[in-house]
Amino acid sequence: MFGKLSIEAIPYHEPIVMIALGGAALIGLAIAAAITYYKKWGYLWKEWITSVDHKRLGVMYIIVAIIMLLRGFSDAIMMRAQQAIASGGAEGYLPPEHYDQIFTAHGVIMIFFMAMPFMVGLINIVVPLQIGARDVAFPFLNSLSFWLTVSGVILVNVSLGVGEFAATGWLAYPPLSDIQYSPGVGVDYWIWSLQISGIGTLLTGVNFFVTILKMRAPGMTMMKMPMFTWTSLCSVVLIIAAFPILTVTIALLTLDRYLGTHFFTNDMGGNQMMYVNLIWAWGHPEVYILVLPAFGIFAEVVATYCKKRLFGYTSMVYATVAITILSFLVWLHHFFTMGAGANVNSFFGIATMIIAIPTGVKIFNWLFTMYEGRVQFTVPMAWTIGFLITFTIGGMTGVLLAVPGADYVLHNSLFLIAHFHNVIIGGVVFGYLAGFTYWFPKVFGFKLNEKLGKASAWCWIVGFFVAFMPLYALGFMGMTRRLNSYDNPDWHFPLIVAAVGAAIIACGIACQLLQVVVSIKDRHKNIDETGDPWGGRTLEWSIPSPAPFYNFAHTPVVEERDAFWHMKEKGISEQKPAEYQDIHMPKNTSAGFFIGIIAAVFGFGLIWHMWWLAIAAGVGIFVTMVLRTFNDDIDYYVPAAEVERIESQRYQKLSNQA
Amino acid sequence: MSTQSMTNQDAHAHGHEHHEHHDPVATKVFGFWIYIMSDCVLFATIFATYAVLATNYAGGPTSHELFELPFVLVETFVLLASSFMIGLATLAMNKGNKQGTMLWLALTLVLGAVFVALEIYEFHHFISEGAGPQRSAFLSSFFTLVGTHGLHVTSGVIWAIILLIQIATKGLTDMNRSRLMCLSLFWHFLHIIWICVFTIVYLVGAI
Repeated sequence: MFGKLSIEAIPYHEPIVMIALGGAALIGLAIAAAITYYKKWGYLWKEWITSVDHKRLGVMYIIVAIIMLLRGFSDAIMMRAQQAIASGGAEGYLPPEHYDQIFTAHGVIMIFFMAMPFMVGLINIVVPLQIGARDVAFPFLNSLSFWLTVSGVILVNVSLGVGEFAATGWLAYPPLSDIQYSPGVGVDYWIWSLQISGIGTLLTGVNFFVTILKMRAPGMTMMKMPMFTWTSLCSVVLIIAAFPILTVTIALLTLDRYLGTHFFTNDMGGNQMMYVNLIWAWGHPEVYILVLPAFGIFAEVVATYCKKRLFGYTSMVYATVAITILSFLVWLHHFFTMGAGANVNSFFGIATMIIAIPTGVKIFNWLFTMYEGRVQFTVPMAWTIGFLITFTIGGMTGVLLAVPGADYVLHNSLFLIAHFHNVIIGGVVFGYLAGFTYWFPKVFGFKLNEKLGKASAWCWIVGFFVAFMPLYALGFMGMTRRLNSYDNPDWHFPLIVAAVGAAIIACGIACQLLQVVVSIKDRHKNIDETGDPWGGRTLEWSIPSPAPFYNFAHTPVVEERDAFWHMKEKGISEQKPAEYQDIHMPKNTSAGFFIGIIAAVFGFGLIWHMWWLAIAAGVGIFVTMVLRTFNDDIDYYVPAAEVERIESQRYQKLSNQA
Repeated sequence: MSTQSMTNQDAHAHGHEHHEHHDPVATKVFGFWIYIMSDCVLFATIFATYAVLATNYAGGPTSHELFELPFVLVETFVLLASSFMIGLATLAMNKGNKQGTMLWLALTLVLGAVFVALEIYEFHHFISEGAGPQRSAFLSSFFTLVGTHGLHVTSGVIWAIILLIQIATKGLTDMNRSRLMCLSLFWHFLHIIWICVFTIVYLVGAI
């Protein structure tokens, strides 16, 4: 009946896990109680859970990302604390099997359930607004993608309390992840959470590719698209081309574990290096999927706060496209030590170094945009400057690692850990947090607190250097990754410094959360009346804040790059249109939500070998899908009078200001 | 590409502003093309896996011993015929002939089901001979590659059944037209994949 599941699966004898679970349960109960008390369940259901509005979905993606950031970061703090204690052969406070799950969960959560949802959330909110569209190409699919992502998030979090998570490292290399060496359910949690959320990501990729290519406002040719839209386009192209590889790789590992096939086993002709090749053929493009939109954010931020058009737009586009293509030609640098031979290794080493050229082009474009500009040192600019310095250092250590000879020494050492945190924190995290602050008023109608934003940026930047510079040194001192205890006393001091750095980053995260709370409290002071709080250049600033649910009362006509700036120069940005027309909009639907939740049940059934549950859930997903296709009542018209009522409020505000 | 799509949008935007400034059917078919491209990457990955493992027999049966080309030829012609049928269904749809569309679509799915049945027969035959997917890496990848194609055909058959019900109840609406266009793309795509399977797996394996 319950497959492999029994009461033994609940880790009640592990105090750390039980405290975490108890805390999470208390917070969850408190939130549920609050929603009940304020009678908000109906509102939540009608306005959020069943919503197909890209802005609402974007907000929900980012909420998921922030929650998972907290979980992934607590893993990081636990690892730093363990390594600061477990010196000279001491055991520390985390037993090895627990420590292994923590470093695995940290990587999986930060990449798949923090960075990806954050990125998809920002793309959801911003791209349709930047291209002058009323929604995405497939609004229902968009809701489905989100709920499939949530499904993966649910599975990862359930693994904390029911059973265990993988103890294999975030990419679950076989043969360690094969059933022979990982007989528990940890790897199965890894498999199904990634497989289900990966399908959601793939659908997002298709959706936004079509949205960007087919739904741009009239006049917006490719070379007039805002930079963030360009980088998002390249990122979704990578999703479409790379995520199927992940799907297949995980599916083959699943077959090895569930059906006893021999893709990656040690015997019967299996080839485990094929897994490593396949997973990195997805994995390397994945890091560019994450960082390209961040590059786009920096481009928007720099141009806006320097009051200049972006320097070298065309070269920026070509650099982005070049990185997109090159990202598929470098996967082997993750395992030079496979021993593919000097020729193969030098090809991939050189290809890797070549990526530094288009990236360098971008760095200079941002710098030259600032040069002689009127730079306003706002919070997004603080993140940008932090990024430019941090990311450049991370890029240089990356070029070091691209030298196969050096890589043989540094492979799997803390030098590598320092390098990829250097580019991911410095590039991806700083970028998304800059975008968060930059576009926040467009979604909620008020600006975020500047002081706390800057405090957060400073804590993150300083904390990053304190936490990760010692790791570069430790790499040279011979310390490898994923150690839960060590006997070399020389490593102890740098690891204590690194733990202090992690604490400083924790202050940064606290400031960020406090910033949101304080800003909500002071929202009447920071209200954005005009819809254009920063003096923006692109179309999202041409509409009110918060953006109305239909986005644009009239589809804008684009004549120039930086379309809104151009409208302002021509003095037509505040012109009231003569008349309004009915607007065609998609209706809300609960199908995406139900499919996502049932998908989590489906995964749970497969993880615990409860076949009846998996089959029932599979049928449930299928029936929900089919029922959805029989529903023709999926859209409606917003009457012109309603549009006029909403829009005239904004013109009222504008004239009050004047 | 971009200028062309722009002029389309221009025409629509100025033509009837109260509608969306894009053609929903064209967008849907374009979106489906993109999905098929991603499916193409999926198959490419499995083909690459097969290419790596194709001779890892692990002392078990070899492809030369297992494959029977005449049988595979029959399978190929069944699938080819079903591809032809869905072409006829599309033509009938363009003429607005509901009965014809449904007839040809029904024949498509029957032939698709026959193809799946033949494949199940072949799999069963191999497994009963001790050449199941657990026997060697070669057989693991063979079953996975051919089976993935078979699963796609199966889902196409189920899709066709649902679409038949939808056409029967609601007629050749815009929505159902775009669905048939997508199904036909999917079906032809699966046929192209089968040609690759036939060549790379069966022909190369049998000689």
